[in-house]
Amino acid sequence: MTQLILFNVFNGLIVGAFYALMALGLSLILNLSGVINFAHGGFLALGGYFAYTLIPFIGFWGALLVAPFLVALLGLLIERVLIRRIYGRDPLYGLLLTFGMAFIFEDGTRYVWGAQSLPYQIPAWLAMPLSTHFFFLTGYRLFMMAIVAIAVIGLFLILNRTRLGMRIRAGTLDLDIVSVLGVNVRLLRNLNFGLGIFLAGLAGVLAAGLLGLQPTIGDGLIMPSFVAIIVGGLGSLPGTLLGGLLIGVASGLTTVFFPSATEAVMYVMMALVLLLRPRGLLGEEGRLQ
Amino acid sequence: MSTDILSDRKKLAWNALIWLLLLTMPYWMPLTGGYTALASRVVVLALAAMSLNFLLGFTGVLSFGHAAYFGLGAYGVGMTLKYLVPSTGLGILVGVLIGTLAAAVIGALIVKLRGVYFAMVTIAFGQVFYFIAFRWNTVTGGDDGLSGWQRQPIDLGFTQIDILGNDKAFYYLVLFCFAISVAAMAAILQSPFGRTLVAIRENERRARFLGIPVERHIWLSFVISCLFVSLAGALYALMNNFTDPRALRWDQSGNFVIMAVLGGMRSFWGPLVGAAIFVVLQDYISSQTENWMSFIGLFFMLVVLFFPRGVLGMIKRKTAA
Repeated sequence: MTQLILFNVFNGLIVGAFYALMALGLSLILNLSGVINFAHGGFLALGGYFAYTLIPFIGFWGALLVAPFLVALLGLLIERVLIRRIYGRDPLYGLLLTFGMAFIFEDGTRYVWGAQSLPYQIPAWLAMPLSTHFFFLTGYRLFMMAIVAIAVIGLFLILNRTRLGMRIRAGTLDLDIVSVLGVNVRLLRNLNFGLGIFLAGLAGVLAAGLLGLQPTIGDGLIMPSFVAIIVGGLGSLPGTLLGGLLIGVASGLTTVFFPSATEAVMYVMMALVLLLRPRGLLGEEGRLQ
Repeated sequence: MSTDILSDRKKLAWNALIWLLLLTMPYWMPLTGGYTALASRVVVLALAAMSLNFLLGFTGVLSFGHAAYFGLGAYGVGMTLKYLVPSTGLGILVGVLIGTLAAAVIGALIVKLRGVYFAMVTIAFGQVFYFIAFRWNTVTGGDDGLSGWQRQPIDLGFTQIDILGNDKAFYYLVLFCFAISVAAMAAILQSPFGRTLVAIRENERRARFLGIPVERHIWLSFVISCLFVSLAGALYALMNNFTDPRALRWDQSGNFVIMAVLGGMRSFWGPLVGAAIFVVLQDYISSQTENWMSFIGLFFMLVVLFFPRGVLGMIKRKTAA
């Protein structure tokens, strides 16, 4: 029993790490630009597929490094051409625009790489279980956790220690003032969008190694990411991280005791949070309006 | 609203034209290459989009999760007919009741949120019902959908209406429900309550300072909107004699929103126009190409970038200028 619980908690942590990675990217974009990026799952899938295509040429490690950057580059381009046009307009338009993009991404990946599931090669030594007793501790899972941890620490270092990060945080509070102070807000939003998409691309590469690839791989991750943002707290990135891990572990634990409610439990958590603390666990006051 | 631009007489003429077109649709639809079932689809989805627009266009609150209540209506009617009683009327009633109840509970949880956050929470809550329908195999049929039932003739006591065998009869049942719902929504919007909703849309803070209980109004508007959308869902399931989890998935919600926007969300009839265009276009594209998703996606983007006011919004602007 202990082993079963441990297994599912650990599984939940991994899933939660994915949620968090997705949700952090979404949150970055939402906080600074007020756009819910529905196409985030599509970017995630592209990350996986780019890596899949790159592996024969530059190997597993090269793909892991390069694919997220390629996706981020695409993100920068799309922000510049499309997303930029809907800033400052009713949030409705951002939703619809990215919604349409999500359709095109899904269809496009299916067109290029096919609808069937593709296997994703990971180095043999990473696929081995580390312990016979704790069979679920494969090297790849630990490795994934490590990469996610590095990415998250890196993100918070960028946000807290660099000029760009400082501007992003300031812009989240009051973009007009930041603009008046002479910061190029267009560029800032562009880079911020790219940063968010980078995280989605990275999540995609990692997810490919765990689950294999299919065009809808991002679909199952986008809703939990919304839940993570709401549970964790509106406007708070640490909150988003916490929310993602929390709902991941909660789903994992529910799998042990009440498997058919695995997906439902996070929505129950969201309902509770909205009931008891509408701004979310670590949310800032005044973000609700 | 439109009263200041169009005179009352002109408005009356427009209304008469719209109803005339709707009443005769099964007869002229085949001439344009359509079929009766397509006409039913247009009217059902128009009802859904107009219900959504009650909230979106006239209260100024963006719900991106209306498919959930649409789907609840669909499953409500399907499960009633399959497991409880073979009565179309009762099935519709149960479907609407379930959808409205769910909206009342969820609405109470989310009325404090605004704008983009409201949208996000409605999407997320919408997924709950998707998962229930998807997971609860034994009752809902899971991914394969709920089948093995069909709409029943309506017994009026003195006569029976065969809505199962006769496509046109079913169309007029749909139109009848549509007419009642639309009239009810129009009446609500004309009432002091409806005017208050528009006031909240225009300036929530001012409405609040005037002592209007904004949360309660938004909640009620949400529930009313979901009531009619679940009716649309029930009719949709009856139309297909089938429903599946896709009826309550988020892309269905997106379709409702794009219909409202495409037609013009600031006008009462806008979503009807939007639904007509969308349904016919989708029907055409999905019969022409396997990659219809890309075309629909592209269509969404084009509407956002070039037609944000919608068809009726643009016409109105031109006549005003």
